[in-house]
Amino acid sequence: MKILDHAERADIFNEDEKRVDWHDETLWWIRQKRDKSAHQIPEWENLRNAASAIKSNTLSNLHDYLLEFEKNALQNGVIIHWAADAKEHNEIVYRLLKEKGINKMVKSKSMLTEECHLNEYLEHNGIEVIDSDLGERIVQLAKEPPSHIVLPCIHKKKEEIGELFHEHLGTPKGNADPQLLTEAARVHLRDTFLTRKAALTGVNFAVAETGEIVICTNEGNADMGAHLADIHIACMGIEKIIPKREHLSIFLRLLARSATGQPITTYSSHFAKPRDGKELHIILVDNGRTRQLGREEFRNSLKCIRCGACMNTCPVYRRSGGHSYHNAIAGPIGAILAPNLDMKQYADLPFASTLCGSCSNVCPVKIDIHDQLYKWRQVLVKEGYTSTAKQVAMKTMATTLSSPSLYKLAGKAARTTLKYAPFMVNNKFNAWYLQRDMPKVPQSSFGEWYKINRKNNEQ
Amino acid sequence: MNNRDQILAAVKANQPDLTPLPELDSFFQGQETALIEKFTQVLNGIGGKVTVVADVEEIISILKASYPLDQTRVISPLSSMQEIANNNIDNHDPHALENVELAILPAHFAVAENGACWLDESILPDRVLPFITQHLILIVNKVDVLPTMHHAYEKIGNEQYGYGAFIAGPSKTADIEQSLVLGAHGARSLWVFLA
Repeated sequence: MKILDHAERADIFNEDEKRVDWHDETLWWIRQKRDKSAHQIPEWENLRNAASAIKSNTLSNLHDYLLEFEKNALQNGVIIHWAADAKEHNEIVYRLLKEKGINKMVKSKSMLTEECHLNEYLEHNGIEVIDSDLGERIVQLAKEPPSHIVLPCIHKKKEEIGELFHEHLGTPKGNADPQLLTEAARVHLRDTFLTRKAALTGVNFAVAETGEIVICTNEGNADMGAHLADIHIACMGIEKIIPKREHLSIFLRLLARSATGQPITTYSSHFAKPRDGKELHIILVDNGRTRQLGREEFRNSLKCIRCGACMNTCPVYRRSGGHSYHNAIAGPIGAILAPNLDMKQYADLPFASTLCGSCSNVCPVKIDIHDQLYKWRQVLVKEGYTSTAKQVAMKTMATTLSSPSLYKLAGKAARTTLKYAPFMVNNKFNAWYLQRDMPKVPQSSFGEWYKINRKNNEQ
Repeated sequence: MNNRDQILAAVKANQPDLTPLPELDSFFQGQETALIEKFTQVLNGIGGKVTVVADVEEIISILKASYPLDQTRVISPLSSMQEIANNNIDNHDPHALENVELAILPAHFAVAENGACWLDESILPDRVLPFITQHLILIVNKVDVLPTMHHAYEKIGNEQYGYGAFIAGPSKTADIEQSLVLGAHGARSLWVFLA
C-alpha cells in the first residue's frame, strides 16, 4: 500500500473546511496566550538564550553527563536500562512487566513511547495499556495516534468525544459537555490508577547532578499512576539530560508559558528515589539520537523540550492537522526530527513548510527550525529521496534562473499564456490554481519596463 | 560491547566541542517585591484560592465553616490541625487513601511568579496524598513567598529528597475543545493559606 504523503493527507483534512478553520483559530489562540505570558517576563529573551546555551553545553558534554546521571540515579536506588533503538526499548518494558507477572499497565504521556510504538507492541504481547492523559485516552479510544504533542486530540470536536465516551464509558448519548465528559474520565481512570501494579511515564528533564527526573502534567495523571503502582517505568531519550538542578528554573519558567501560556504546569514532580519497597526504572533510549548528534547541521533539534509552540504558530500545521505528518511528532519540529529516523519515509515533511520562520521565533530553546527544514530539503534532494517530478521541476528552475536568455524567454511565455490561453494553467492539473486565482498579467517584464524607462530618464 | 557502552561510545564520537554553561546570576535581579499580591493574583488566575490569615486558629475556623469536616476523611500531618484532622495513614498502602476528602499539608515555600508551592517528602505523609485527595489545602509561611523559580531552586539547594513537587493550582485539563475543566485526576480544588 502506498503511504500517503503530507500534502495528500492535508487534502483529506481540508475536506471539512469548518473544522480546518476551527483548528487554525484554536491553535492561533493558544499561540496568543503564549505571547501574552511571555511578554509578562521582561527577561524572556535572556531565558531563551540561557536555555539554548544550557542545551548546547549538554550536547557538547553528553557522554559525561549521562555517566554522572547514571551514577547518581543508581545511588538513589533507581534501576537504569539502556536501549539502542525502539525495539530494545519495547522489549525492556515487556520484560519488566513479564518478570512481575503484570498484564495491565497505566501510562501517562510519553512521546518517546509513541515514537517506539510501544502500545501496539505490548498489546500484541497480551499487555493491556490504558493511557491516562485525557487527550491521549480519547485518541486511544478512537484508535488514532495523537495529533499534537501537548494537545493530543486537538483535531477532535466535543460531539465526537461525547459519542466515544457514550460507547466506551456509558455517558448519556448526545451529551458533549466537557465538564461531564471529564468527570466520567476521572471516575473511569481513578479505578484504573487504583488497580494497576505498573505505571509508565515519560520524562521532561533528567538532572545529571542529582540523578532525579522531573515530570510535568496538568492533570496529575503521572503522579496518580506512579505513586499507586509497585513499579514505575520512566522512559526518556538521552537528550533529556540537563546538567544541574538549578537549570530546572530556566526550563520550568519557559516550558508551560511556551506551550499553553500557563505560568507553570499544575504539577512539576521530581522523582529521585523509589518509594520504600517499590521500584523505579529509567530507560535511556538512543533510537537515532546519537546519529542526529553527529549531524552538525541538525544536532540542535535535540535541544527540543516538547512544548509544541512551533506547531501552534505554524501556518501549515494549523491548516493541515497533526495526522498529515504521519509521524509521532508533528509540526515543524517533527519535520526536522523525522528524516533522521528514516529519510525515505519522511522525505515529504521538510517540504511541509513555508519557511516563514515563525517556529524559530517562538522556540524556547532557540532551535533554528526553519533553517533546518531548508537544509533537510537540500540533503533529501541530493540523496535522491524526493519525487522525480519535484527534482525535474527544481532542475528546470535552476537552469532557467541561471541563464538570462532562458529566464526572459520563460517570462514572456508565461505572460503570453496567461493573457491568451489562461485555460492552459487555470485547470485542475495546476495545484497552485486549485485554491488561488492566477495573478493578473503585467504589460511587460521588469526588464522590459526598465529598458524603456531608463531610456526616458536619460533623455 | 553492550548497549550501554555502544550508546556512550557513539555519543562520545559524535558530540561537538565543549561549550560553556551560561551564568544565571542576572536572573536574580530586578524582581517583584509585592510578593503576596503577585502570588495571589497568579494563583487566582490558574484556578487556586489564596487567603492570608493571622494564625492557625483562623484557618481552622475558616475550614470548619467551609467543609462538612465531621462527615468526611480529613488528613493532616500537622499537630496544629489535629482538632479537625488526623494523621492515621497506612504508610505501606497508598491505596488506602482513596477516600480522603481533604488533605491539609504544609508547604516549604511558595513562588510568586507562577503560583506554585513546593513540598518534598520530608513533610508529605505519602507521595500520593496531594493528588488522591478530592480537595487540597496548603499552608505556607507568609515570609516564604519567593519571587521566582531561580529563588526557589536556590532555596532547595542540595536537599536530598526522594520525591518533591511544585503544585500550582487544582488538577485541570483543557483537552476537550480547549474548554478548561478543573478536577482532572488530582485534587479538584487548591486553597493556599498564608499564615
